[in-house]
Amino acid sequence: MMTSTTPVKAEARNLSFFYNGGNNAVKNVSMPLYENKITALIGPSGCGKSTFLRCFNRMHDLYPGNKYDGQIIMHPDNTNILEKNVDPIEVRMRISMVFQKPNPFPKSIYENVAYGLRVRGEKNRRVVDDKVEEALKGAALWNEVKDRLQDLAFNLSGGQQQRLCIARALATDPEIMLFDEPTSALDPIATANIEELMSELRNKLTILVVTHNMQQAARVSDYTAYMYLGELIEHGETDRIFTRPTRKETEDYITGKFG
Amino acid sequence: MNTVTQVLNNSLTPQISDRLSKNFTRHLKERVIEFILMLAAFSAVLTTAAIMGILLYESYGFFEHVSVTAFLTDTVWTPLFENPRYGILPLVSGTLTVTGVALVIAVPIGTISAIYLSEFASHRVRETVKPILELLAGVPTIVFGFFALLFITPLLQKIMPDLPTFNMLSSGIVIGIMIIPYIASLSEDAMRAVPMSMREGSYAMGATRFQTAIRVVTPAAVSGIVAAYILGISRAIGETMVVAIAAGQQPNLTFNPMDAAATITAYIVQVAMGDLPHGSIGYQSIFAAGLVLMLMTLTLNIIGHITRKKYSERY
Repeated sequence: MMTSTTPVKAEARNLSFFYNGGNNAVKNVSMPLYENKITALIGPSGCGKSTFLRCFNRMHDLYPGNKYDGQIIMHPDNTNILEKNVDPIEVRMRISMVFQKPNPFPKSIYENVAYGLRVRGEKNRRVVDDKVEEALKGAALWNEVKDRLQDLAFNLSGGQQQRLCIARALATDPEIMLFDEPTSALDPIATANIEELMSELRNKLTILVVTHNMQQAARVSDYTAYMYLGELIEHGETDRIFTRPTRKETEDYITGKFG
Repeated sequence: MNTVTQVLNNSLTPQISDRLSKNFTRHLKERVIEFILMLAAFSAVLTTAAIMGILLYESYGFFEHVSVTAFLTDTVWTPLFENPRYGILPLVSGTLTVTGVALVIAVPIGTISAIYLSEFASHRVRETVKPILELLAGVPTIVFGFFALLFITPLLQKIMPDLPTFNMLSSGIVIGIMIIPYIASLSEDAMRAVPMSMREGSYAMGATRFQTAIRVVTPAAVSGIVAAYILGISRAIGETMVVAIAAGQQPNLTFNPMDAAATITAYIVQVAMGDLPHGSIGYQSIFAAGLVLMLMTLTLNIIGHITRKKYSERY
């Protein structure tokens, strides 16, 4: 089996998550993210897939009263990134994120991409220039924007803005990149571009992507996890999940009987 | 198809006409209500137009006696003297100095308060502090005037013994305190209107709270913040009571806040409370001064409008 030889980049161990008020949105999920692979999270709305994804960069810390239970271990250093004494900012420096709706900052294209370097205190103009160019190339946006790097990012199209957000996330060389329904606000052509980009990015980093679009999961991912009501129902190689799911619930969802 | 329509029409005809007649009365009611609402809305427009008209009319009388050049370039404003001179500059300099001092106080404190309330304070702190801050805006300006004259000035005189009893510094400081709530409250509203997704984007990049507040939220809210500043400046320019009480009544062409000087508003209130005969040039001079004041705030409002348009938020 492929799974036994592929190194694990990170893994959730008995991860539960409780929103402020006690809503148990993720229930005892254990799941690996294989290195340089794309893992897709699928499931009906409200099944906890986005909540699960947002545990990986401690996004829930921004709102008071949220509670994690269990562990997310990052390899090779075996850090439990959910531990209280681990600074969420350190975690976010290693694990970056692309959101559902493109959310560029009210700055120039250049400054958007440079943002992560700036907050890390990088002052060397050459280094920033090089990183911005590299990241924009990595996000397949360089050719479209290289002559107008000082333009306001809002002037880009939706698909370009999303690739800009990917470039922004890439510029700091993260180990893992989280995608939270990255194409749900985009048209089919822009969606195809982003999917192609994700496939290429896999060579550099490990990807976890939430999608409500099963075709997308089938197209881009190496592994797929099906979640329902906060629980992980099934996880495995994408080909197998889509052709021979072992659980009835997964099959029902994938074949469209449900969801 | 045709028969179906006919049948439908036949069966529905009475009901439709019935409903139509109801529609008609409802429509009439709507029109009456609309008219009343329109009257209410236009009353403000009419009042503004009337004020502008009177200002222009009386100023016209004034400018028949005084040349516009003298009005704008003469450096002495003594309309009530035996030998009157009508240079508006001393009043403008007083107004600008007081406003400048007020802004030096209010812009930093107001902006920092807004950043704190919007980005750092917990929900409970914000819900407690903001109403208190807004209460400050409800204090009558005469109270602020005496606060300037009887508290701030003596306090300043301990540090600067040469400071005269009437001076623009203490008025400016107090007007600054007065407009902090406007700037803080409106800037905070603008910052809170910045969508959470933008903050999350910043945090996800490993930014701290402070970096997010300064580098992302503040630039995103800049149009609202500038609008808040401009409203604050308008308030400061138009403020009357504080300067009338604490800044002195002598028109004085100076930009030194340690001096006593009259502002446009202080002059108007001083003359308007006197017993000048209607139609005299002294009487008309307050309208000319008022026109200048109005033009200053109008310019500011236009600048504010343009800035808002130019930097309008596109999240």
